[in-house]
Amino acid sequence: MNLFDRLKNIDRRTIFVLIALSVLIPLFVPIKLRIHVSPPAQGLYDAIDRLPPGSNVLMAFDYGPSTMPEVYPMTLAILRHVFSKDLKVIAMALWPEGASIAQDAFKTVAEDEFHKLYGVDYINLGFKAGGLVVIQAMGTSIPAIFPTDQAGRPVEEFPIMKKVKNFDEIEMIVDLSAGDPGIRHWVMIAQARYQKKVGGGCTAVSAPAFYPYLQTGQLVGLLGGLMGAAEYEALVKHPGSAIKAMPSQALSHAVIIILILIGNITFFVERRRSRKQG
Amino acid sequence: MTTIIGAWIAAALTLFIFSFLYKDNPFYKLAEHIFVGVSAGYWVVYEVRNVVIPNMIEPVSQGRYIYIVSGIMGLMMLTRVLPKIGWLSRWAIAFTVGMTSGYFLVTYLQSHALEQVRATLLPLNSPNNILIIVGVLTALIYFFFSKEHKGVFGKTAKVGIWFLMIAFGASFGYTVMARVSLLIGRMHFLLSDWLRLID
Amino acid sequence: MRRQVPLVITFVAGMLMIISYFIPRQPFGGLQNLFNQWFIVIVAFALILGALNLIKVNAEKIRRKRPGWGYSAVLLITFTVTVISGLFWGMEQETVFGFIFRNMFVPLGATMFSLLAFFIASASYRAFRARTIEAALLLIAAILVMLGRVPLGSYIWRQFPMLANWIMAFPNMAGQRAIMIGIALGTVSISLRIILGIERSYLGGGE
Repeated sequence: MNLFDRLKNIDRRTIFVLIALSVLIPLFVPIKLRIHVSPPAQGLYDAIDRLPPGSNVLMAFDYGPSTMPEVYPMTLAILRHVFSKDLKVIAMALWPEGASIAQDAFKTVAEDEFHKLYGVDYINLGFKAGGLVVIQAMGTSIPAIFPTDQAGRPVEEFPIMKKVKNFDEIEMIVDLSAGDPGIRHWVMIAQARYQKKVGGGCTAVSAPAFYPYLQTGQLVGLLGGLMGAAEYEALVKHPGSAIKAMPSQALSHAVIIILILIGNITFFVERRRSRKQG
Repeated sequence: MTTIIGAWIAAALTLFIFSFLYKDNPFYKLAEHIFVGVSAGYWVVYEVRNVVIPNMIEPVSQGRYIYIVSGIMGLMMLTRVLPKIGWLSRWAIAFTVGMTSGYFLVTYLQSHALEQVRATLLPLNSPNNILIIVGVLTALIYFFFSKEHKGVFGKTAKVGIWFLMIAFGASFGYTVMARVSLLIGRMHFLLSDWLRLID
Repeated sequence: MRRQVPLVITFVAGMLMIISYFIPRQPFGGLQNLFNQWFIVIVAFALILGALNLIKVNAEKIRRKRPGWGYSAVLLITFTVTVISGLFWGMEQETVFGFIFRNMFVPLGATMFSLLAFFIASASYRAFRARTIEAALLLIAAILVMLGRVPLGSYIWRQFPMLANWIMAFPNMAGQRAIMIGIALGTVSISLRIILGIERSYLGGGE
């Protein structure tokens, strides 16, 4: 078999090994890469940065384990920004898994790094089923739809919730989303009906579809995938797992692009050959 | 100690799933069934503890009996598993479908149709504005007119397809990015939390 | 009774949501709040129904000793352990439920989807061909975005990230907006058909 035939028929398992290596090798060799901050990421950062200290930020954890490698790093980066600005965080989830993820994120950032107090500086209201309807109900009364926190304690026990009635007491909504229910529904109700400032982070898969919201101003900012998380880590000057992952991300993109090019070059050479023969 | 045991269990399950890359095998199947069992169990716990108890059982126990209606409709939903009275579940389904339709009708119209059209009506004073107007209009023409795509009309629709292709290409690029990110996450877990070879 | 009542319920629920959106005053606002509360509980039951179905199917498989029944047993055991631990000992981080979430649910969920990285690479090599102008546009946009949205691009050409941002914010945005408007109009029309009882497929077949 000559080189051309080999390139034309690369075995599936060879591709698997190439991808695995392109991810693994850069993890062992830490290289510092330039992070270019995109306008949507900057938009989110600026919107949070402008909030006066003590403002309530509603953070919705609308994702699960399957997308954690992308969305969790941005969650930590946003929390670091929010707590460093002395903002208060009211967390909730439209995905059941999100409620447990919020627990872990608060443990890492709120407790261990910023020594914030549960119920005073932040709260985890847990999960509610129903997506869009939950958001609509929150517009009327948050304590009515979330009478208890995630662990089942009445919300009126907590100082952070004393003055919170509905969206009127929420300065900004940050949704961390991996699909539906998620950003789309927050825009449809919280932004369109209640004119709340909505921003967020989402998986790279869903990010391109949200660009129209950025142009209309329905979203103040957006982090798309692990790159979005790396941008936010750069903005808050706290490099974390997303920035560390960028060399692997870059190398594996290069490998995939080369594979696509090889596939196309062999295809066109083949086509030209068969036309000449034909 | 629990952290170390946890990391070993997590690593074993991660490797079981990765073994699928070689071929389908009993380890993969085992991990797959554990995943389904654990996730279904997890959802049930959250539905009960975060929704059914605080939003139905507690209000009813405090004397707000109107909340019992949701419990009755919820039980109607469960009749779906019983062939004889399964039709009762339709009442509950009808309620949720009706509400969702009502909300969707107004909210999609407002935020996904009218607002998007409004934001497209831009002054023709910059190449980017022109690009947005041309892109949205031609792609909509491609979508909405079932007339044969010929002549000027066909050419306009063709431009619409180009915009859609760029959008699909961008989505594809982002999808690749997402999948790779998930793999990096898992590799990082194996090397860092489990083997402790890197930070 | 079996068909007419659900149609009436759908109509009333749907219309109430539309009316209360524009007239949030009483009695519409109050009814809407009550319906919202009911809705989330009913949806929770729908998800519990999914779990019941899962038990039913797998128990049946075990009872009849169908091939792979051992896996079904594993599924039911892990399901039961998770449910019992969560319902009786709480959902805090240091509980059994928390342990299961972090060390079983998270790695399984994340790894399952990470497999797609390998398959998407293999599929890109095999099927991603610039056969026509349209396919070429798709391919070029994909490659430019893949280069520009990771740090790699800026090392090849400093303006690469800006180019990728421009593709996302303009041509991509225009295409996505057309899709968005298309979906919105489709959703509006199907919602109207459901509320008016023209579209009934959600009720299933039979009497």
